[in-house]
Amino acid sequence: MANNQVKSRRRFLTDAALLTGGIFVASGLNPFGKLLYAVERKNPKGPWYGMGIDLEKCIGCGRCADACKTENDVPREPFFFRTWVEQYTILNDGSVKITSPNGGIDGFKQMYPDEEIFKSFFVPKMCNHCENSPCVQVCPVGATYESPEGIALLDSSYCIGCRYCVQACPYGCRYIHPTRKVVDKCTMCYHRITKGLLPACVEVCPKGAKIFGDLNDPKSDLVKFKKEYSWQVLKPHMNTDPKVFYNGLRAEVR
Amino acid sequence: MGPHYQHLYDMLSKVDGYIYPNEIDLNWSILIVLYPYITGLVAGAFILASLERVFKVKVLKPTYTIALLSALAFLLVATMPLISHLGKPLRFFEIMITPHFTSAMAIFGFIYIWYLMVVLLLEIWFDYRRDLVLWSQEKKGIMKRVYKILTLGVTDISPKALKWDDRLGYAITVIGIPSAFLLHGYVGFIFGSVKANPWWSTVLMPVIFIFSAMVSGIALVMFIFMMVNYIRKKLIDMNCLDAIAKFLLVALILDFALEGLDQVHRIYEAEESFQILDLLVKGKLTYTLFLFQWGLGMLVPILILGYLQMFKSNARLRRILYLITSLLVLIGIFFMRWNVVIGGQLFSKSFYGFTAFKLKLIGTEGIGMASIWIILPFLILLFLFWLLSPWKRHPEEGGS
Repeated sequence: MANNQVKSRRRFLTDAALLTGGIFVASGLNPFGKLLYAVERKNPKGPWYGMGIDLEKCIGCGRCADACKTENDVPREPFFFRTWVEQYTILNDGSVKITSPNGGIDGFKQMYPDEEIFKSFFVPKMCNHCENSPCVQVCPVGATYESPEGIALLDSSYCIGCRYCVQACPYGCRYIHPTRKVVDKCTMCYHRITKGLLPACVEVCPKGAKIFGDLNDPKSDLVKFKKEYSWQVLKPHMNTDPKVFYNGLRAEVR
Repeated sequence: MGPHYQHLYDMLSKVDGYIYPNEIDLNWSILIVLYPYITGLVAGAFILASLERVFKVKVLKPTYTIALLSALAFLLVATMPLISHLGKPLRFFEIMITPHFTSAMAIFGFIYIWYLMVVLLLEIWFDYRRDLVLWSQEKKGIMKRVYKILTLGVTDISPKALKWDDRLGYAITVIGIPSAFLLHGYVGFIFGSVKANPWWSTVLMPVIFIFSAMVSGIALVMFIFMMVNYIRKKLIDMNCLDAIAKFLLVALILDFALEGLDQVHRIYEAEESFQILDLLVKGKLTYTLFLFQWGLGMLVPILILGYLQMFKSNARLRRILYLITSLLVLIGIFFMRWNVVIGGQLFSKSFYGFTAFKLKLIGTEGIGMASIWIILPFLILLFLFWLLSPWKRHPEEGGS
């Protein structure tokens, strides 16, 4: 009996020690938990901006790409875009044809006869303002950074023009400005949204296919959009966590 | 439309399939091909030098100083292509002053400085200190002063001091080997860590870079060693040359095996990007990959060196074959860098098409500029051979 008591006391002590030690170790590891469990509200006191794009509504007029160039002084040549529109045409034989002549600014012409076409649709593209931006990660001087509102921005007076970020962006959203010789990219019209205005591309869209909003605000149009539609993001396997959400995105779109 | 954009409009007609509109121009061109190429030569030459010093491969003794000075000559130029390709070259120092530590590129400056100041310069200084002191006593006029400055005021050449030189030099070489691996493995990581680019993104990239660096560095020292003896009209030490060839063969086989493993892995896994990479390899990279990198740059050298290992040939034939081999390897590794850097940007990240690349003759990204950065190290090397002449060194007393 006495022997049993000693044994159980010993067990109690080892269990207690293990428990205390476990708690101690777990608290030590707590900061690393962020790496494991990602769900956490970003910028809890302010907005956390994103964009919804409803492909069902996009008519491929290209006004968004045009307005962006005007608003942000993007060179007019067809090699420099902060946002552009792609036309996808899936033929009956399953082949995928994509074009984006001048980023869609001059509109699109369907090159295939109707009877050959299985489906055709437009996809506006822009910087995805990823939560895990590879571009922010690789910038060697920190000229590319994330604003408190979750916008991937660039300090052009600091950029050295090494182009590593252009290589790192999986979405082709960055370009070297031909005269400034530094990187340029979509800012989600930061100069407008911080004044309560909409981004230029959203403002001009005649069909309301682009929905700008605050992901932290449950009443925002964007949160409603995300609730209503089964949205998708581009290249989810890259684990970049884009904040541009598409409704009606097909697997062909890359 | 200004003439500024004419080349881009010309390129528009060469686009194959669909690319994102911002992808028409290659962002990294010939200068970024040279960057890993030159860094690799440095790392490889150093590793050959350390074979003699640390692993006591005495037969390589005649190449020790040549290898070290070659490494230094190329290392001095290594950052030049990088800086001259920047959009804002005058801001390059920002990378040292305010490095962004999550960037794989930010640390290169520090590794470079470490390698230059702590490893190479110190090792050469310790190796040459006795000669510098003696030269500063023998020479007259301005050269006397130059050598005096190079001694950094340390003029003690007693046997005890020299023993310390030797010990410290040895210690630095021991540190230098992992540093050389770090230097070039790191360059590989800059490419290998870009997950957006399936042609670059492989965990083997740093390892492949290290082994290809050894291959190219050994070939470079072999070439310079032969050239030096030819120009100085000296009979070359065939035992030494044969030994270099043996190491080159081993490095080549390892490099070939690693690159082969990488490709086999890609083909067998056949991920999402497989089709576009398959088209890339069989289309735009056919000549540079199959012919120059693997054919002439690897298989032919392996066959030649393998043949010479198995069958005895006379010295003259061996010399000719070694010369051809070293040149083939140097060209082959250049194309290996080319295929990585240029090849990785020819296909669109949409995986739906290709852009084209046309090498320009002039301009900051042209052949002219690139030639400067390739010729300059050889001029520096000539200068080093004159300043720190390996042939006018004082024979060691007592053979310590």
